[in-house]
Amino acid sequence: MHELSLCEDMIDLLRERAKVDHYSQIKSIQIEIGKLSCVESYALIFAFSAAAKGSLAENATLKINEIPGQGWCDQCASEVTIEQRFDTCPHCDYYPLEIRQGDKMRIKYVEVI
Amino acid sequence: MCSVCGCHNEQSRLISIEQDILSKNNRYATINRDYLNERNIFCLNLVSSPGSGKTTLLCETIKALGHETPITVIEGDQQTSFDAERIRKTGVKAVQINTGKGCHLDGQMVGRAIDELKPESHSILFIENVGNLICPAAFDLGEAKKVVILSVTEGTDKPLKYPDMFHAADLMILNKTDLLPYVDFDIELCFQYALQVNPDIQILTLSATRGDGMKSWLNWIEQHRE
Repeated sequence: MHELSLCEDMIDLLRERAKVDHYSQIKSIQIEIGKLSCVESYALIFAFSAAAKGSLAENATLKINEIPGQGWCDQCASEVTIEQRFDTCPHCDYYPLEIRQGDKMRIKYVEVI
Repeated sequence: MCSVCGCHNEQSRLISIEQDILSKNNRYATINRDYLNERNIFCLNLVSSPGSGKTTLLCETIKALGHETPITVIEGDQQTSFDAERIRKTGVKAVQINTGKGCHLDGQMVGRAIDELKPESHSILFIENVGNLICPAAFDLGEAKKVVILSVTEGTDKPLKYPDMFHAADLMILNKTDLLPYVDFDIELCFQYALQVNPDIQILTLSATRGDGMKSWLNWIEQHRE
């Protein structure tokens, strides 16, 4: 259940930013979760409510934007959509594909009071 | 209360953050890596599912390397210090981290353990991560190499079932090969799966209990220390 520690890290990070950006309460958090990152969005939302308790993010809504996986096929010289890290090129079966998108987890912005 | 009209709607505003969720962990990992590199300490992060034989492999590795190379160990488990005690019996210094509800070690935990261990320069630091093939894949600890240990009593298809871990690893060790006559395990297919997930992964086979293949593993360590 590393989603719980990711949520704790996220709240710590936003607590640090609160001092710089002068806010005391977070209404919503917009994050991007890549399809190829090892995180389950459902588990993240579940863990977030527990991690946020008693923090400046208590009652905040976690908005998740799932970013599809994209890889580059050297053989076809084309960008292809992939579901898993080890997927082969859908056109020519070539692998490994170079991961171009979808393996990151980012906090985009927060809505604060 | 709103200062303009006295209503109870508080004004909210948007702040752009644009930070990786793992950035806090990665900051700690970088501090660890810099500390280890400055002192020429070779750090290996050993990961596997529970029961792959990590601790036995580690004990046998320590015995084989003898007392020529200074070694320290960070042991991660959810509870108990059984493994750290096994390691200490080999004569090296080990620090146990109990993660409690956590399922992996993170950069900050390892940083604290390094402070406590104070490994000497030109030594080897082994980190035995929590037995778990999922979560430890995401957390950089500041190690030089990640080594994933799989045993022949597990499924042939584990590299495909847990692709993130095999993708993140530099070396895969297939352990307990002495049990091959008694189990249904397809070595070639397993290697093919591992290479499909990570074409750059190196692969070694060994039996830590019987000693087969230990020499290749020790050679690998020596090669990558330099």
